[in-house]
Amino acid sequence: MLEEPILQVRNLRKQFGTGCMECAEVETRKLEKNFCKNCGTVYACQDISFDLYPGEILGIVGESGSGKSTMMQCLYFDNEVSSGEAFINTPELVSNNVFELSAQKKRSIRNHVYGMVYQNPVHGLKMNFSSVGNIAEKLIAAGNRNVGQMEATSKKLLENVHIPLHRMKEEPRNFSGGMQQRVQIAKALSNNPPILFLDEVTTGLDLSVQANVLDLIKVIQRDLGISMIVVSHDLAVIRMLADRTIVLLNGKIIEEGLTDQVLEDPQHEYTQQLVYSLL
Amino acid sequence: MAMLEIVDFGKRFTIHHLGKTMPAIQNINLSLEAGEFIGIVGKSGSGKSTILKSIYRTYLPDEGKIMYDSERFGETDLAQISERQMLYLRKYEIGYVSQFLSVMPRTTCRQLVTNALLEMGESEAVALKEAEKALAHFELDPKLWDSYPNTFSGGEKLRLNIAMATVKKPRLLLLDEPTASLDQQSKIKVREIIEKLKKQGTTLVGIFHDIEFMDGLCDKVYDMQTRQLTITKEVVIHES
Repeated sequence: MLEEPILQVRNLRKQFGTGCMECAEVETRKLEKNFCKNCGTVYACQDISFDLYPGEILGIVGESGSGKSTMMQCLYFDNEVSSGEAFINTPELVSNNVFELSAQKKRSIRNHVYGMVYQNPVHGLKMNFSSVGNIAEKLIAAGNRNVGQMEATSKKLLENVHIPLHRMKEEPRNFSGGMQQRVQIAKALSNNPPILFLDEVTTGLDLSVQANVLDLIKVIQRDLGISMIVVSHDLAVIRMLADRTIVLLNGKIIEEGLTDQVLEDPQHEYTQQLVYSLL
Repeated sequence: MAMLEIVDFGKRFTIHHLGKTMPAIQNINLSLEAGEFIGIVGKSGSGKSTILKSIYRTYLPDEGKIMYDSERFGETDLAQISERQMLYLRKYEIGYVSQFLSVMPRTTCRQLVTNALLEMGESEAVALKEAEKALAHFELDPKLWDSYPNTFSGGEKLRLNIAMATVKKPRLLLLDEPTASLDQQSKIKVREIIEKLKKQGTTLVGIFHDIEFMDGLCDKVYDMQTRQLTITKEVVIHES
């Protein structure tokens, strides 16, 4: 099958700290989990490589501190990588390592190619803007200038995520967690991004709202064909959403495969532990 | 080539916390032609499901080959094929039905079957029509169509499960004890749909708990105990 990935990530590394003689060499370093006891450097992401294909949902699982969120922040340029490459397969960006682009170009990728939904809506929304204003902000960043058109688009997006239109002028800080999360998803979708990052988007939501958000994500995949990376520590969420899954431990990929295969025939010791812990 | 040919197939499980590797099945050889229905029999724990799950790649195969004659990719070893290719085959060519239903929460029965078709790229109108036809065929009460499967009885869940898999008209359908907890009435329904699928040329591999159900339905039976493949007319099934 001649199919090109939409996003290729190669040897993504992120460390917090300068490193020392003891931990500088990848092959010989001895870490306590991902932490160098000698100098206190944290190796949050260690040589993470994967491909994301058009229209697929890729699940990332792992315990707290395994590097899931750091990886997402690096991909979305919230955090600078220590080293590594990422290639986006669009005509304008092909064969450019996007980590090495100028700040201006990175901003343009965020505005036109990427969408991000954070675990905490505070990071993705301006809580003192109206909901419709939040979406307009993203639309303006993506180059829209027609006010009427922007309002129509915002309304449609909010409707799609089931926010009642009579509340669209309201600030998200007045909303419940689930509603805030749905406004954030509407905002992330507003620039029609081919790639969407979802970081623990259902964590902390009650089951009923979680069902809503999961359904919304599936519909987005089916109707818009958007490629998504879904980070979650909840295996049930990953099982429902992801076609393929990567398991992270201490900043490294320890296992990857079809989601049902990873859950029913886990190969790595840690993945087995994780699956045995499933309720 | 045959539609499916399993050659010297084996599967082991490594259980890290016990420090052990357990062989589940070894030396499996069987083949079936397009349109055939093969039944697998054997004691529980003999590895019947392991074969099906390995074909579907829910289990990672360890030894041997699982050659499948794909419409899209031609002759393919399912034990070696890429994950993306396997996802394609699951979507368009190979179906799997188990006795358990695992579906999106708070999605109606009607929507679930419709979604199965929408994911294949069917139009909304066609998908809905085909879905309703399938639900009606399995005699799921129309009153249930807009309710959520969590509250369904075992039999209703199972019939929904089979409806979701068969509505996609897979070329190869794997049936993992789909009649395990069904009453006689529902079993007859399942039998009818299997006969219909056979007539349409679907190739089937099935595990059935009761041997009578397979009687007259399977073309071949594979016995896990003797490792023998027999044509049903001359089959002597080991009592277990």
